[in-house]
Amino acid sequence: MHRFANPARFLRLAAVVMPWTAGATVLLIAAGLFFGLVASPADYQQGDTVRIMYVHVPSAWMGLFVYTTMAVASATALIWKHPLADLVAKSAAPIGAGFTLVCLVTGALWGKPMWGTWWAWDARLTSMLILFFLYLGHMALVDAFDDPTRGARAAAILALAGFVNVPIIKFSVDWWNTLHQPASVVKMGGPAIDPSMLAPLLLMGVGFTTFFVTVLFLRVRAEILAAKIRAIRLTQVRGQGVG
Amino acid sequence: MTRKQRRLYFVVLGMLALGAATALVLTAFNDNLVYFHSPTELAEKGVPPERRVRIGGLVEKGSIQRDGQLVRFRVTDMVNAVPVTYNGILPDLFREEQGVVAEGKMGTDGVFVAADVLAKHDENYMPKEVSDALKASGHWQDGKEGGPKE
Amino acid sequence: MASFFEMGGYAGYVWPAYAVTAVVMGALLVASLRTLRNREAELRVLQQARPERPRRRQTPAAGNAEAAGDA
Repeated sequence: MHRFANPARFLRLAAVVMPWTAGATVLLIAAGLFFGLVASPADYQQGDTVRIMYVHVPSAWMGLFVYTTMAVASATALIWKHPLADLVAKSAAPIGAGFTLVCLVTGALWGKPMWGTWWAWDARLTSMLILFFLYLGHMALVDAFDDPTRGARAAAILALAGFVNVPIIKFSVDWWNTLHQPASVVKMGGPAIDPSMLAPLLLMGVGFTTFFVTVLFLRVRAEILAAKIRAIRLTQVRGQGVG
Repeated sequence: MTRKQRRLYFVVLGMLALGAATALVLTAFNDNLVYFHSPTELAEKGVPPERRVRIGGLVEKGSIQRDGQLVRFRVTDMVNAVPVTYNGILPDLFREEQGVVAEGKMGTDGVFVAADVLAKHDENYMPKEVSDALKASGHWQDGKEGGPKE
Repeated sequence: MASFFEMGGYAGYVWPAYAVTAVVMGALLVASLRTLRNREAELRVLQQARPERPRRRQTPAAGNAEAAGDA
């Protein structure tokens, strides 16, 4: 962990990793789109609306995965005070918010023709909406203070407290009666999805993950530069004060 | 104890306390967190008429009667069944032996008057050929999937 | 081909779902790239204005990362 806490080392690592994750993202999503829209069958019950699953479910996974990343980074920042961990948490929040928004909107577009409603206040949908608000709260809090370290600490506490929502989202369909159906892929006894439909789902899932890594590294790099700019500005101001 | 260890214990304890508090709250509000009740639950609890509730279950086989826009069907959890009337547009997935959630009020005559009917689908996804093949080979599990859980 | 775009009568739901996904992910990427480019430009101006700063030592690393990102 300490090895990567050094910003210069992180920048070198990012420069090596990013071309690969960017390339993988393009290939995986192109393949996912081909299998999802063209080379997979319609569902026996849901017809072609099942194709919404190939963007809805991966973005839901990402909403949870990005939040988990953010919570781990926040814990690292609070306990071990790694300066990079704060930047990772700050950079991840807008990406997670974007994926959660995609999940909510595509879910509504899927729910209307199949369930007969855009929205239902069941446990799964409501806890996912709370996740979206947690992301927005994190984004607002991190910039709410003049001192960036204070903002980062407040946001880290919010990220950790909000983490209780993650298992609630995952298990909401098992703990309570919901309109949303139970898990299909990650469940006991193997996936309940035909291989022809599982392929585009997993391709998109991995493609969204490499997209997240690529954009996260871009954003962390921008945050490191912002810290440098702040430091230079500060020494300039001090220099002027002395002279 | 170093400062790092102290912060670590503080975060771990904080998360545990928060998790326990959340679990307690969720357990206490369990009745409000379920989206619908099964016919058996409704029969056991007894619902005052004029109170808006949701019932969920499977659409009983052979129970659908259409009278223009008016639809009559029975919602079953394989133990108890509730007759439902509904006047409106049904979702595309509304079918016999499919999951359904009806929102409305229990009439004094024991017939549930639905103001809204939503379809619930199961977690199985497959092409039509596969479901046909499963049904032909007798491996189809009728009525087992797609219904509300106990 | 026409039947592909009809999506079995669900075109009004399937295509908007993919469009929303593309717009949000595209916006994330473009906004992140734009912020990075702006900061790089700002830092360059600052470092040119005060070339005697000790931070200059870190410029090669940032320069390399930038070159790789452009490639």
